[in-house]
Amino acid sequence: MSTAEATAPSAHGHHAEMSFVRKYIFATDHKVIGIQFLFASLAFLLLGGLLALMVRWQLGFPGQPIPGGGVVSPKFYNALVTMHGTFMVFFAVMPLLVGVYANYLIPLKIGAPDMAFPTLNMLSFWLFVVSGVIMTASLFVEGGAAGAGWTAYAPLSAVPRYTGVSLGQQLWIVSILFFGASSLLGSVNYITTVINMRAPGMTLFRMPLSIWSLFITAIIALLAIPIIAAAVILLLFDQTIGTTFFLPADGGQPLLWQHLFWFFGHPEVYILILPAMGIISDIIANGSRKPVFGYHSMVLAIIAIAFLGWITWGHHMFQSGMNPLLGTSFMISTMAIAIPSAIKVFNWLGTMWRGNIWFHTPMLWAIGFVSLFTVGGLSGIFMASNAVDIFIHDTYFIVAHIHYVLFGGSLMAIFAAIYFWFPKMFGRMMSETWGKIHFALTFLLYNLTFFPMHILGMGGHMRRIYDPTQYEFLQPFQPMNRFITISAILLFVVQIPFVVNFFWSLFKGKKAEINPWRDNGLEWTVPSPPPHGNFETTPTVYRGPYEFSSPEAAPEDFLPQTTP
Amino acid sequence: MDWLPTAASSYAADMDRIFYIILWITGIVLVGVQVTLVYFVIKYRGREGRKAAFIEGSKKAEIIWTVTPAILIVGIAVASQDVWSKIKNPDRFPTDGVELRIEARQFAWGVTYAGSDGEFGSEDDFTHYNQIHVPVDRPVVFDLTSIDVVHSFFVPAFRIKQDAVPGLTMRAWFEATEVGEYELACAELCGVAHGLMKGKIIVLAQDEFESWLAEQS
Repeated sequence: MSTAEATAPSAHGHHAEMSFVRKYIFATDHKVIGIQFLFASLAFLLLGGLLALMVRWQLGFPGQPIPGGGVVSPKFYNALVTMHGTFMVFFAVMPLLVGVYANYLIPLKIGAPDMAFPTLNMLSFWLFVVSGVIMTASLFVEGGAAGAGWTAYAPLSAVPRYTGVSLGQQLWIVSILFFGASSLLGSVNYITTVINMRAPGMTLFRMPLSIWSLFITAIIALLAIPIIAAAVILLLFDQTIGTTFFLPADGGQPLLWQHLFWFFGHPEVYILILPAMGIISDIIANGSRKPVFGYHSMVLAIIAIAFLGWITWGHHMFQSGMNPLLGTSFMISTMAIAIPSAIKVFNWLGTMWRGNIWFHTPMLWAIGFVSLFTVGGLSGIFMASNAVDIFIHDTYFIVAHIHYVLFGGSLMAIFAAIYFWFPKMFGRMMSETWGKIHFALTFLLYNLTFFPMHILGMGGHMRRIYDPTQYEFLQPFQPMNRFITISAILLFVVQIPFVVNFFWSLFKGKKAEINPWRDNGLEWTVPSPPPHGNFETTPTVYRGPYEFSSPEAAPEDFLPQTTP
Repeated sequence: MDWLPTAASSYAADMDRIFYIILWITGIVLVGVQVTLVYFVIKYRGREGRKAAFIEGSKKAEIIWTVTPAILIVGIAVASQDVWSKIKNPDRFPTDGVELRIEARQFAWGVTYAGSDGEFGSEDDFTHYNQIHVPVDRPVVFDLTSIDVVHSFFVPAFRIKQDAVPGLTMRAWFEATEVGEYELACAELCGVAHGLMKGKIIVLAQDEFESWLAEQS
């Protein structure tokens, strides 16, 4: 059944005019769905950013009312911390990478007319919307939003009286369930599409690294999401019908939550970074006008990271009281991830080496990614060391690390991707000048915001505390906390050029050519934006994705994958 | 270079040493990568009429940058392992220490002393909240638990952190090396007043500790 459905659109070749609702709202075209994800998750990114600013306000200026608002209460502070993490992980970074680019790029880059299951794809987006609406609504219910952290450690999250939150936490769980369903449907689609619908000649090892990483990510998500779903269902039972899966009084086990959560949660971290790595690989090759250095080892590194991601969850639990022998095994598996990560960084450098670098805006973001991801990757080694983790666990050192990976890494890649594929998505160019200004200011303020957090962490500054000035040993850090807060506010403000550029270009930008970045990918052989069904005739692929500056191409410096 | 808090426990220096070893190694790699990146950006900036070299990779380079990080991390892991095991492995805990029982709750630390008979569960046991008196230069070994949610026992100056998990009893230890008062914090989000769940560790000279103990019983 599925195969027939999957190939149906290409069999027709032409497409009847559709109603507005079918075309733009309940759309089944993977490109429209990708764009829907883009708008929805950018809105959540904005919301997550606003929540972060309120957190930062309280830390920089504890107890002072937010300008134009009230004082942040301790309970609201916990809700802010929880919801910032939740929105950024589940509703901003993950859909911006996977929802947007897996949907938009996979069919275009492998030469397929659409996803294998277009209707499931539509369902996946609308489940995401339902999930996002529930999560947003939970901010406004009685008792406030969930306040047990995005990690929702039980028993804190399991018993309403421990946090003073009941409905908020339950909506959080329900939202995560919808989110999980959305992700599962997406993953099934991405995997099937990559396996079944590649154009003739598009062998696995001719796929761009962006597609490789999205493919592997989909496999991780398919395996990881059911675990969190099971865990939150148990949590919901504990919350509502009096079970005690995570409560010790009647034989439950609080650490069970941590095992389930991190057995999902650590692979989730790789869901959030692998697609970014893949996208960056594509863009660095394009910007350097050179093939990706060590393409095969890049693919192997993605697979290695994905595999190792399953056996490292315990490093989040070094201080949880686990057997110290387990602490040793998890240190070794965690440290091992440094190897494929290092391979990737060195290969990006290798790609730029002896290149002829074209500093278009996406390339700047990609270079920024390499620079900042390196910081985040290296700071991970401190946590991987079980001995050092005793001290820095649950401090700002971790906060710095996660933000270097997820903001300095993933979000930089997301911006690179937006600037790179905007012309294809919307048929217009974004302003290069404003894109570069946006990059320069973001890169600078990003570092001013997050780098000092390493120093806070070394000083022992705990994360998720409401008022650092309560502790004598943290009082000397207050000027730094204020500095970080001001930098964070400015970092938020310098996103305005991006928003303006985005919407201005959407309507007034210069018309985009078919292939403005002189790239080799199949998406650059079709009009911008591509029509429904993507390809007039199914393309045939003759070569790999990165044959830039190949002698065969002269005098051009690129060689589309469709060139025989 | 002293970014970590003043160290005041017997194993703090061991942990700090590993911290700084990792800081040096990662610092050198970090500077190396960033300098290379900037150098490439300048040297290989695009110019008219120039073409990038058509290089698809090098097996030798891949081997070098697979093996080198592997060696470095094995070194770091080996160095970490001994300190980790010294701090966390119950088989290696000191046996001649002062025994305490610490019970975390929202939002306080309760510490129970065995009293003058040295036995828990007898009448002269006594419990204090948020103030933990200990002797200097003598190990303090304690049972840690929680009666409600997960908390985490964190004394930055001692470099100790151990979660307190309801339903489980964790063993942990430290040995203070300087007389004085040190802040105890909860490091695991534990509810509305998590940021206020603090206490003091009061390190006394050994004879003062003995007389303090006698006064309490």
